[in-house]
Amino acid sequence: MHELSIIELKDKIAAGEVKSADAVKSVFERIEKHDPVIGAYISTFKEGALKAALDVDERIAAGETVGALAGVPIAVKDNMCVSTGKTTCASKILENFEAPYDGHVIEKLKEADAIIIGKLNMDEFAMGSSCENSALQQTKNPWDVSTVPGGSSGGAAAAVAARMCFGALGSDTGGSIRQPASFCGVVGLKPTYGRVSRYGLVAYGSSLDQIGPLTTTVSDAALMMNVIAGHDKRDSTSISTDVAPVKDYLDGIDQPLDGLKIAVVPELNAGASQQVKDAIEKGLDVYKGLGAEIVEVAMPNVEYAIATYYVIATAEASSNLARFDGVHYGHRTEKPKDYIEVYSKSRAEGFGTEVKRRIMLGTYALSSGYYDAYYLKALKVRNLIRQDFTNAFEKADCLMMPVSPTTAFKIGEKTDDPLEMYMADIYTIAVNLAGIPGISIPCGFDDGGLPIGLQILTEAFTEDRLLRIARMFEKQTEYNTKMPKL
Amino acid sequence: MGQKIDREQVEKVAKLARLDLSDGELTEFTGQLSSILEYIEKLNEIDTDSVEPLAHCLPVHNVFREDVVIPSLDVAAALKNAPASFDNHFKVPKVLDGGPGA
Repeated sequence: MHELSIIELKDKIAAGEVKSADAVKSVFERIEKHDPVIGAYISTFKEGALKAALDVDERIAAGETVGALAGVPIAVKDNMCVSTGKTTCASKILENFEAPYDGHVIEKLKEADAIIIGKLNMDEFAMGSSCENSALQQTKNPWDVSTVPGGSSGGAAAAVAARMCFGALGSDTGGSIRQPASFCGVVGLKPTYGRVSRYGLVAYGSSLDQIGPLTTTVSDAALMMNVIAGHDKRDSTSISTDVAPVKDYLDGIDQPLDGLKIAVVPELNAGASQQVKDAIEKGLDVYKGLGAEIVEVAMPNVEYAIATYYVIATAEASSNLARFDGVHYGHRTEKPKDYIEVYSKSRAEGFGTEVKRRIMLGTYALSSGYYDAYYLKALKVRNLIRQDFTNAFEKADCLMMPVSPTTAFKIGEKTDDPLEMYMADIYTIAVNLAGIPGISIPCGFDDGGLPIGLQILTEAFTEDRLLRIARMFEKQTEYNTKMPKL
Repeated sequence: MGQKIDREQVEKVAKLARLDLSDGELTEFTGQLSSILEYIEKLNEIDTDSVEPLAHCLPVHNVFREDVVIPSLDVAAALKNAPASFDNHFKVPKVLDGGPGA
């Protein structure tokens, strides 16, 4: 059953051919068998999931109308608040935190009758590209367990790749959905900023964070978008449907775009490994074979995206993470000598090294005397980077480029040098600064059998076109049907 | 030296961020933050004199709602995760000198 897509499974469940309870049992058999090695899940809800599945089965048997994801086992990254169990953000400071409410996307999943089966590992507070910053466990890449699954939604990508869930929700602040999707050979979509409510998502960089799906097919990503996209008044940056109507993302998804124009950025692609470059080239050939035209564009400011991002994201993080004060929730130090130590010792004990490093950098960038030089400067460059994208989209329907300069690297290979780790975000990070949607789809494998992702980008609020473009490739190729040997 | 940030500044920032860093962390961060900041200086290659800062990538406006009372989290749920609470309040050590003991 695990090889089914979400759409195939939900159709079978709705038709009464497959019981949701059996789908849940089958998924837990896989989790119990493979997750001791892969380490994708921080927690699971076996009992609750089975109960919810039986309820869906009963309602289907009674002829009731059920939701768009009825009976399908779905997992979510552990930075999304679920009112049962724990929401840890893979951090010691939230190790025992029990969210008192469901986040917006969780409500949406439940309304659609999805079965939420567990919470997935990540880099602590979504800060990282390898899951090596999780304070709780190391997730491994199902294609080669000596390599990282990517990050920060590494647990989500690994669980989908290993078919230990049928789809997952991750979050993407600088590539955290697309890069692990690329490393694990699955589809990962970062929607336009503001398309999906962040209510109940533990904040990292609030002007950049966005929730999106990780799935085995493009159509599954479209279906999940149908469930989670829309306006929510509890997130003040959630975009009104008057400004940008929510579409039915499955509608016309199989229809290719006529006269598709694809922009590529040669000087940017030059930074990728030869094997990644070759796979992207072959991917473009597939589109050329479908009649697409390739145009070369320059994006001179994108090379400044990493420096810009690490000022803005850390500044926002230093402010967002001030809420972890040892008072309201989370870890508190045992014997504080005064109230200051309640803050400073609780935080020192609760946060991991990368989180501390980013809080320090962000605090410095916002501190008196440095604000103009770093933060304000970065906001100005952000404007120029966004302009690069606007210019590119005047010449083409979409941009295509790698997701990451390399395939999955070895666990431990890059942990000594934070700057080197940051550099690998070059292809994903500018997208968050510009707020546009982006998708990673499987487009090949390297010599070691590790997956390579093709990144496609379109203008804000055109996820429908983005998904159609991605689907054109998927129909012509079989990369997304390959599964890791476990 | 050419260090972008010295240990004394790192200590000051740690204090601002309310992070009680160890000696080892202070040393490590001094080196790492220096090289990260040196990299960030790259932004100065760009002339941004006539560029507006962009805080949000999409047009976002302040959102208002009617000034009416709506249900919110109840006290028990809000206190459920508190490390210490007393009589419907979060409990913390004494903040003001000379005040009643905590």
